[in-house]
Amino acid sequence: MSSLVKLTIDGRPVEAPAGTLVIEAARGVGIEIPGFCYYPGLALQGACRLCLVEVERAPRLQTSCTLPVAEGMVVRTATEKVRQARRAVLELLLTNHPLDCPVCDKGGECELQDTTFAHGPGLGRFSEMKRHVDERRWSEVVYYDRPRCILCFRCVRICDQGMGVRALGIVDRGGHSEIAPNRGDRLECDECGMCIDICPVGALTSRMYRYQTRPWEMRHVGTICAHCGDGCTTTLGVYHNQIMRGNNRDRSGLNGEFLCLKGRYAADFVDHPARLTSPLLRAGGGLEPATWAQAIAAVAAGLRAAQARGAPIGIIGSNHTTNEENYCLQKLAREGLGTPHLDHHRTGDVAGLLRALAGRSGALATVEDLYTSRAVLVVGRDLAQQHPLLSFRIRLNYHHHGARVYVVTPGPVREDRYAARSVRVAPGHELEGVESLMHDLAGEQELVVLFGDAIRGEAVARLVALCDSLGIQVKYVCLVDYSNSRGSSDMGLLPSLGPGYRSVAQAGMTLEEMLACEDLGALWVVGANPLKERRLAARSAFVVVQELFLTETAQAADVVLPAASAYEKTGTVTNTCGQVQPLVRALAKPGTKPDLEIFRLIALELGLDFEPTVPEAVWQGIARAVPGPCAGTVRSAGDTLFISGTLGRYSRTLQAVAEAPGGLYRG
Amino acid sequence: MLYNEPSPLEVKVLTRRFGLPGGPTLATYLATDGFAGFRKALQLKPEEIIEQVKISNLRGRGGAGFPMGLKWGFVPRGSDRPRYIVANADEGEPGTCKDRLLMEHDPHQLLEGMLIAARAVDARAGYIYVRGEYRYIIEILDRAIEECRAAGYLGRDILGSGFDFEVYTHSGAGSYECGEESALLESLEGKRGVPRIRPPFPAVAGLYRCPTVLNNVESYSAVPAILRDGGAAFAALGTPRDGGTRLFCVSGHVNRPGVYELPVGFNLLRLLNEVAGGIRGGRKLKAVVPGGSSCPVLKASECDLSLDFDTLAKAGSMLGSAGVIVIDEDTCMARVAARVIRFYAHESCGWCIPCREGTAWLAKLLLRLHEGGGRRGDLDLAVEIARNMLGRTFCPLGDAAAMPTIAFLEKFRDEFEAHLDGGQCLFEKQPAGVEA
Repeated sequence: MSSLVKLTIDGRPVEAPAGTLVIEAARGVGIEIPGFCYYPGLALQGACRLCLVEVERAPRLQTSCTLPVAEGMVVRTATEKVRQARRAVLELLLTNHPLDCPVCDKGGECELQDTTFAHGPGLGRFSEMKRHVDERRWSEVVYYDRPRCILCFRCVRICDQGMGVRALGIVDRGGHSEIAPNRGDRLECDECGMCIDICPVGALTSRMYRYQTRPWEMRHVGTICAHCGDGCTTTLGVYHNQIMRGNNRDRSGLNGEFLCLKGRYAADFVDHPARLTSPLLRAGGGLEPATWAQAIAAVAAGLRAAQARGAPIGIIGSNHTTNEENYCLQKLAREGLGTPHLDHHRTGDVAGLLRALAGRSGALATVEDLYTSRAVLVVGRDLAQQHPLLSFRIRLNYHHHGARVYVVTPGPVREDRYAARSVRVAPGHELEGVESLMHDLAGEQELVVLFGDAIRGEAVARLVALCDSLGIQVKYVCLVDYSNSRGSSDMGLLPSLGPGYRSVAQAGMTLEEMLACEDLGALWVVGANPLKERRLAARSAFVVVQELFLTETAQAADVVLPAASAYEKTGTVTNTCGQVQPLVRALAKPGTKPDLEIFRLIALELGLDFEPTVPEAVWQGIARAVPGPCAGTVRSAGDTLFISGTLGRYSRTLQAVAEAPGGLYRG
Repeated sequence: MLYNEPSPLEVKVLTRRFGLPGGPTLATYLATDGFAGFRKALQLKPEEIIEQVKISNLRGRGGAGFPMGLKWGFVPRGSDRPRYIVANADEGEPGTCKDRLLMEHDPHQLLEGMLIAARAVDARAGYIYVRGEYRYIIEILDRAIEECRAAGYLGRDILGSGFDFEVYTHSGAGSYECGEESALLESLEGKRGVPRIRPPFPAVAGLYRCPTVLNNVESYSAVPAILRDGGAAFAALGTPRDGGTRLFCVSGHVNRPGVYELPVGFNLLRLLNEVAGGIRGGRKLKAVVPGGSSCPVLKASECDLSLDFDTLAKAGSMLGSAGVIVIDEDTCMARVAARVIRFYAHESCGWCIPCREGTAWLAKLLLRLHEGGGRRGDLDLAVEIARNMLGRTFCPLGDAAAMPTIAFLEKFRDEFEAHLDGGQCLFEKQPAGVEA
């Protein structure tokens, strides 16, 4: 497929790899051909007929979305014949469309609206009765408005080919065709909202966003989802300091436009009425609101008292706080408080994997590798449930490239449906499952292995040894749970390893040991809930908790400090594949402070040195101090007012202004 | 029992066994040269079989008129994928009822035709996709298949030749669209009956994406005779570019409606007057839809022509599936047009926008017009809607709806105009419904 085909589009010579569709070849040179049913990556349909173009020597107009480029082909996309066809298709499309743009959620970001403005007729001539069908509620998330639907079938395809769920189908025929859940009248699916997101019109809407606001009234803030460890970019729509929705239609993240329910709509936790907005101090039997000054003083006093008694201070970090916060916390603990007892809720043995790989390079897979590798092995995890983005990328790899997928899990998983082989094992016997696949894996040219907490400690080394014996290139992903689980390990929130997994002089207690230690003088918990299912053995220990909510752990605290969530601060987080990405502050939550700021206040109260105080400056420190996987991954392109990476090269405006680089203006 | 009296002008090749005593049994079939064509095919190489079909000049009887031999020749040789034979028995074009008779009165002839096709492309399995409304025909076909299997004409090692072939029947579910070959294949695979993107064509990637020979029942039914008597003999019956005989289904306002087998190239007026007994009630002919409802209408003055694909195309219409619908002078063409477009609006599969929305719009407009709600500008608008569909839909259904609509409106504009602005229909005091 690498050979280039030469053709002409609108008089411009174009080269494209054989097999490229004309619509893509045109887009490649900046000629936009409108289309609704065409969607890159999904099966071709040729249904909407909007992308019709003139092709020399073809008797009739051709759909550019189904037509591969051919040598010497002459394509015209802007002739009167083509324009007339587009007008006609749009006029037909609008005959039964309700034209309720003024109240439609999609108004302002609607492909039908945009396309009609660009290519449609100015007037409608349809004077018959429009078809009306009442709106349907398919689930707590998804609503369907048939009259707005243009039947492009993108939703059906993304649910099938993208999500592997197949919850949607088509019922009835002709003008009465409609999209419908495949089982009864209710959706039974991931509720991921991909169907809503991919809908070019306002036919599919979400309960959370519908009739709440308009696209142009929101600020759109691209940040990293606060939920799982996959590291999806979610573009939050913020209206009056409130998050209305998340999407990523601009495909600015490593997830493309993919998001699951959590990334799309589960940012609403920031507004939960139970959200902590004031520090709390234990007074008598309960927790009472206090000022920040009182609370910080109480923390310093509690920690100093423990130090004075010579009782150990335990520190439990978070899976959600930023790299900068994690780095500062471990520094504050080890250097400031002089305690080695530092840990967090570890969800995957990243340290074990790095130890087993012993510094070899190129052995850690990125999210992109999951889409390009010819073979993938999933060990011990239900990716569709736990790592929806990784599952999505692997599924598309299978659909687009025919990747062979191997699965070793205790129970059935979605990957089974297209896996080359699926092996069921009893929990704890995952390695034996991998061994049983060695014969098949030996036939592969390359492999990405994903494993969860089922493979930990010595088992990680054994897994790596097994894969080494294949004699092919193998890359690994150690699956971890939360938005910065990986960063917590990388930054050294570990009892025996510092930042960058360097061993520390004195190993401290693990999380479990801290909870079990009867002499513990103080426990400082940052964004974690270790007491959810366990008890603290040291009854008299001073407990300070930085949290969003009054969790079980916070309820047991002497001081509770209300923290800002990931959507309310800046910094970086590291996804399960080790990719570092920046958080962008989307809103402010009055009464809360970012954990980094809280650390600074506590350090100052303790009289400790704490520099610097903004995340960007901390990152500089991390980059200097921590070698390996976390360094060097964030780098500014150095864009200025008139440069915008690749986009800038293709912007006529940026290229045309006199001030462009090398021009007059120096600012 | 036959549905109409045969005409002495008929040339019976495919229908020669219709009405024989004993009915359509294998015994009757064998007693009347049954499987002679296949026995001959057994002596020939696959290319030689295809050559005979090419010589016969048989053009697809489903309506498109594509040369059948050429189609068979497109099936790639030496592919390691299985090949399939599929018979399109989803006879749905209004005005067409010939495949029904061929299957009812001579099912073995169809099976033999498919068997010869299988031999020509080395297929092991064949399917007959029968429209859902023809349930009783599935029983007839299944009985014939069982007879053939029991007698060694189907199944393993047919007639000791070492050749295996099985035929299965499959019922459609009542969708006109499934008569379109790629939608038929989707439906046959158990999916929603919507057409596929083509190319690839079925000969290369058809049923289960395997090479597939897909022809109309009448086309297959002609194959035994072509092999038995030679392609040249069959070709000689018709015109130089359109060989053999066709089953013309004459319906509408004639004295003797029915299905008549006549040589391709037979004169349309002779068909109406000499074969079908002339216009009923002594009235005058107004128009003829010559090849099923999707074909543009011919005015009475345009009807003196030879019934073959090329002549009809030259006359701005189509021979289609040879469903000849005859309309007399007392009929309101606005009503005919509304009835025809209503059918296509009902049958549009909904896949592509121009067909889905265009047929629905036209149907609403023409119904309103027929019922007296027509306004100035409606006629030009209707023609423009139809023109906007032409050549731009995903499959030919859009054209099938647009072409006749344009022809009705252009050729009988005065009759439509009478309906405008509260005007009175020239033929009906109260507009009759179009359901019937």
